[in-house]
Amino acid sequence: MIKPNVLVLTGYGVNCDEETKFAFERVGAKGELVHVNDLIDGHRKLSDYQILVFPGGFSYGDDTGAGNALANRIRNHLWGEVRNFVESDKLAIGICNGFQVMVNLGLLPAIDGNYGARQVALVHNDSARYIDRWVDLEFENHSVWTNGLGRASFPIAHGEGKLYTAPEVLRVIKEKGLVSARYVNGDICQAELLPANPNGSLEDIAAISDESGRIFGLMPHPERAIEFTQHPHWTLLKEQYRRSGKEVPSEGQGIQIFKNGVNYFS
Amino acid sequence: MAHRIEVVQKIPDTRAQVRKRELDANGFSEKVDNVELVDVYTFEADLEEGDLERVIDMLANPVFQEGRINDSFQPKFDYAVEIGFLPGVTDNVGNTVREGVSDLLKRKLNGQTAYSSQLMFLSGSLTREDAQIIGESLANPLIQRIQVRGYDEFAANGGMGVNVPRVRISEKPGAGLVDLLNVSEDELVAIGKQGIVNADGTRRGPLALDLTYMKTIRGYFESQGRNPTDMELESIAQTWSEHCKHTIFADPIDEFTEGLYKQFIKRATKVVRTTKGDRDFCVSVFSDNAGAIDFDENHLITDKVETHNSPSALDPFGGAITGIVGVNRDAIGFGLGSKPVVNRYGFCFADPEDERPLYKGANKTQRMLSPRRIMDGVIAGVNSGGNQSGIPSPQGFIYFDERFKGKPLVFVGTLGLIPRESAGRVSHEKEARPGDYVVMVGGRVGKDGIHGATFSSEAIDSGSPATAVQIGDPITQKKLSDAILKEARDRELYTSITDNGAGGLSCSVPEMAKESGGCYVDLNKVPLKYPGLQPWEIWVSESQERMTLSVPKEKWNELSGLMQRRGVEATVIGEFTDSGKCVVDYDGRKVMDVEMNFLHEGLPKRPIKTTFTRQRHEEPDFSELENLTGTMHSMLRRKNIASFEFISQQYDHEVQGGSVLKPLQGRGRVNGDATIVRPVLGSNKGIVISQGLNPSYSDIDTYNMAAAAIDTAIRNAVAVGANLDRIALLDNFCWCSSTEPERLGQLKRAVQACYDAAVAYGTPFISGKDSMFNDFKGFDENGNPVKISVPPTLLVSSIAVMDDVRKAVSLDAKIPGDFVYVLGENSEELGGSEYFAMMGEQLRGQRFIGNNVPDVRLAENRILYEKFFQALDQELIASSQSIHRGGLGIALAKIAMGGRLGMEVSLGELRDVEMRDDFALYSESQGRLVVTVNPDYASEFESVVKGGSVARIGVIRADDRFIIDGRRGKVVVETSINDMLNSYKSTFRSY
Repeated sequence: MIKPNVLVLTGYGVNCDEETKFAFERVGAKGELVHVNDLIDGHRKLSDYQILVFPGGFSYGDDTGAGNALANRIRNHLWGEVRNFVESDKLAIGICNGFQVMVNLGLLPAIDGNYGARQVALVHNDSARYIDRWVDLEFENHSVWTNGLGRASFPIAHGEGKLYTAPEVLRVIKEKGLVSARYVNGDICQAELLPANPNGSLEDIAAISDESGRIFGLMPHPERAIEFTQHPHWTLLKEQYRRSGKEVPSEGQGIQIFKNGVNYFS
Repeated sequence: MAHRIEVVQKIPDTRAQVRKRELDANGFSEKVDNVELVDVYTFEADLEEGDLERVIDMLANPVFQEGRINDSFQPKFDYAVEIGFLPGVTDNVGNTVREGVSDLLKRKLNGQTAYSSQLMFLSGSLTREDAQIIGESLANPLIQRIQVRGYDEFAANGGMGVNVPRVRISEKPGAGLVDLLNVSEDELVAIGKQGIVNADGTRRGPLALDLTYMKTIRGYFESQGRNPTDMELESIAQTWSEHCKHTIFADPIDEFTEGLYKQFIKRATKVVRTTKGDRDFCVSVFSDNAGAIDFDENHLITDKVETHNSPSALDPFGGAITGIVGVNRDAIGFGLGSKPVVNRYGFCFADPEDERPLYKGANKTQRMLSPRRIMDGVIAGVNSGGNQSGIPSPQGFIYFDERFKGKPLVFVGTLGLIPRESAGRVSHEKEARPGDYVVMVGGRVGKDGIHGATFSSEAIDSGSPATAVQIGDPITQKKLSDAILKEARDRELYTSITDNGAGGLSCSVPEMAKESGGCYVDLNKVPLKYPGLQPWEIWVSESQERMTLSVPKEKWNELSGLMQRRGVEATVIGEFTDSGKCVVDYDGRKVMDVEMNFLHEGLPKRPIKTTFTRQRHEEPDFSELENLTGTMHSMLRRKNIASFEFISQQYDHEVQGGSVLKPLQGRGRVNGDATIVRPVLGSNKGIVISQGLNPSYSDIDTYNMAAAAIDTAIRNAVAVGANLDRIALLDNFCWCSSTEPERLGQLKRAVQACYDAAVAYGTPFISGKDSMFNDFKGFDENGNPVKISVPPTLLVSSIAVMDDVRKAVSLDAKIPGDFVYVLGENSEELGGSEYFAMMGEQLRGQRFIGNNVPDVRLAENRILYEKFFQALDQELIASSQSIHRGGLGIALAKIAMGGRLGMEVSLGELRDVEMRDDFALYSESQGRLVVTVNPDYASEFESVVKGGSVARIGVIRADDRFIIDGRRGKVVVETSINDMLNSYKSTFRSY
């Protein structure tokens, strides 16, 4: 199997870089944290990598809108390389703040392959407040990244995760099958009596992809759900497994996303 | 010329909707029908029309926003209120925009250039005065400006106008030399208390130096044959401040000539370490910016807890964010640099519903912020600081008492992870060497936080300086932290590092210079935010996000290049020397030339005399209710017990991927007392952290208060899986009126308790910090003089390394049919309890205190905790909850609510109990835990814990009934889990 080179972008307040790199390495990729300035000044070359990751965090402190300032820096200096990257047979994923960067850059949903045009936005949550909780998700199978996920639960942690777009864009996104995951009322919500949609996102959309399915962004954090002990109810599940004589698992459902990325190159 | 860009949303703005709801809640529902918000950016730069179009495109996302240049958005409205920063106040958004515009136009923009503000349109039947009041409820006059315009005025002027809050300093000449040699003692006192006299006769603000210190300083300069410069005096004041030197803990006290710290805290650690022998896990204690213990073969864990009380009283958001990012720097400044991996917090507030005003000035002037404003601001500050820095903040608490109305207590802590070795160097050691450059990295220097260190060594009164207020900039710090911890440290680019916190350069440089033996600094080299600062201001400014490094000359080019590529400013400002002196130049003249030895060791000892009287209070006398169901619900609604989910949920507790036991536990999302994090990805080794704080016990005896805080912090950690043998402690004393013998006597007793408990439990103190003057002197709602002092408070934070986090136990009941046990001795100890407080408030409008404050039975508890760990390690416990505030009753409720499962218990099964049912439920005896156990493991569990006090009192039910049978066999509490959760979560539901 080929070990894909994974570029995990960092700098300016990105902060989920190390655990995201770790998740990719756990499933066999070769990960590297690369500061955005090292791409700008040529210390590193985007074309040397197969997977581009925009991790979560607080780039530029969310000033002028989450993801906007980092997207501008990339657009000002790296747009050509990024465009070449997404147009070739490679993968890109944006998680949380990384997803916000991608929509601001116009990498998603890039309807009609129109990379660079801003078509959707991630705006302030309905509560207008940052929230960290777990959500239940129903994944679609249209993207490379979502194979075999189906129903899964991941945490979210964001203040601006409400997906908004004009009605005509939404219609196209749905028609073309670019909705990759929706918030649903599943195990976590039922157990904890929480609303399914944590932020008021349009039609409960949590993740989208481009038309090729290679370019993908989501608000929830799969890298925070790769271990059994990251699950909010693992202590309860452990008791249930033990008493029914079953083995207690060690992995979490989020690992599947990273496996999907790496398997694309096998 | 200046330009104004406005960005408005084309779709409903949820921030405006939330703002409207807040205004409704504040009594404006009749007056305000609609709120709209506009983000405003003001530029002071030469930008062409084409440039401005590009800037608009950068700032406004066409999907949902539109931007306007020098052309105001003008909806239908009645009043427009704009809130922006005052000149010189950190404007993070403004800084990002300046950087973005510069990057976009590929043109360097000097100075501040960009400023952010927010415009709010209000429509409805409101008056100009209403609009002003609304503005004031949102802005803080110490840092922000408010501009109000009615519709007509707005229309006539084409908007709000262009306001550029540029700093303009009319330079007052520095005082130069300060005459100490020829002035009276009264003048020495005045200089120490109110500061050096400016040229115009005003005084600069507190030095917090008393007469003894002033005379010592005069003596030193007499021996030098000259007067000190203003800078020397300011610098000594910083270094000798209570905030920096902790003189109250260091000075001789009664019979203890070594002082409280050496006699009790440090000695406790020494005794514990010696007793532990080869099980000693301490690596660096009390000597660096944080304490450090063993984690695994390759790493140490560092820990530090700070307070930021005085700044948070004046600017809650700024004070709190500065506090949290400041304590992050204590990790970064430990050894060669420790990576922040977990934050903790703890807030003590006055009742947020208390709306009676408080004033700093006479005649109802200088109104203080309300408890609610302080609470909201502090919570938001730690939110911004923690979340933006990418450090999880899982562990914390809130606590309420009316005596926190003058000053809140804001505790913030950070754990760090540091490799044992960095590039072959032992990473917890560091040494600046003669010849190394003094390098300042990070933010620039402004007037922020001048006199912060000396200010927090005094009570808040009408003379407290406004420049003590600072706002943190987490992203500047994150860039700095990444560059140091991910790159510079392991490339050996510096030999020593420390934080610029209290006292700024005046503390950090001489502190590091101890390692080399001296320093030289040229203040002209220090990068400034704006011109016009005087040399002493540059030296003592507490502008944030700065570290000081010692950099070998041959490494400078590499370090400088790296910092540049990471967008971090790094500047050589001087050199470490071995001259034995701290020498500072400005404009080619020497403004400071003081011997290191005098600076650090010259402060005289001031022997302290104390008194102590144990307080006697009226013993509460009320009869027991037949039915305690209502009482249970009332207890669950108490602010000191209720769910603070709204905080836990807005603080990211999962970033860095190591979350194991979260702040909200179980299906019921109940706030736990301890959390667990795995700091090394892929490893199942974890750290357990918790806290204990019981200020109400101080009303009876501070010895019990301190012992209970320690026992609680330990017991909470033990409950989830910590091994007592591996627990370390941190202390934070927040005292009041620390010049009064009685207060100092209370302190002495508390510190004695710390020694007794730490030694008995074998739990060393590894770090600590104190804040001794949490008093407010001002005027009440009627303009009468008032002094408000916090109750003597000790926060104890615990930390333990856990070998296998997969054995952790959460508080929530797991499976119906599981047995419920109470471990530990139940006594009638309701003195200072939450139950007494509540009953007093209900029955006479003022809390009862009582006298039987909980005693901590150290020897018995130690045995219990050791056995408990064995049971937990053998995986015999399904859930567990430490018993603390609210007693057994609340612990049982939390277990049941956590699991959303019913429970039935019988108080008659508590065989050692001979007290009323309500007392049995709400006594706060220490050293107790409640657990649930799989019936299959019951006998094994009982045999492991036998010997101590163990009682099986009931069972977990499959339905949602919560039933407590009283001693006489009658049901005294019967309710449903849903109703309990409703009560528990109702208190802060709208927060």
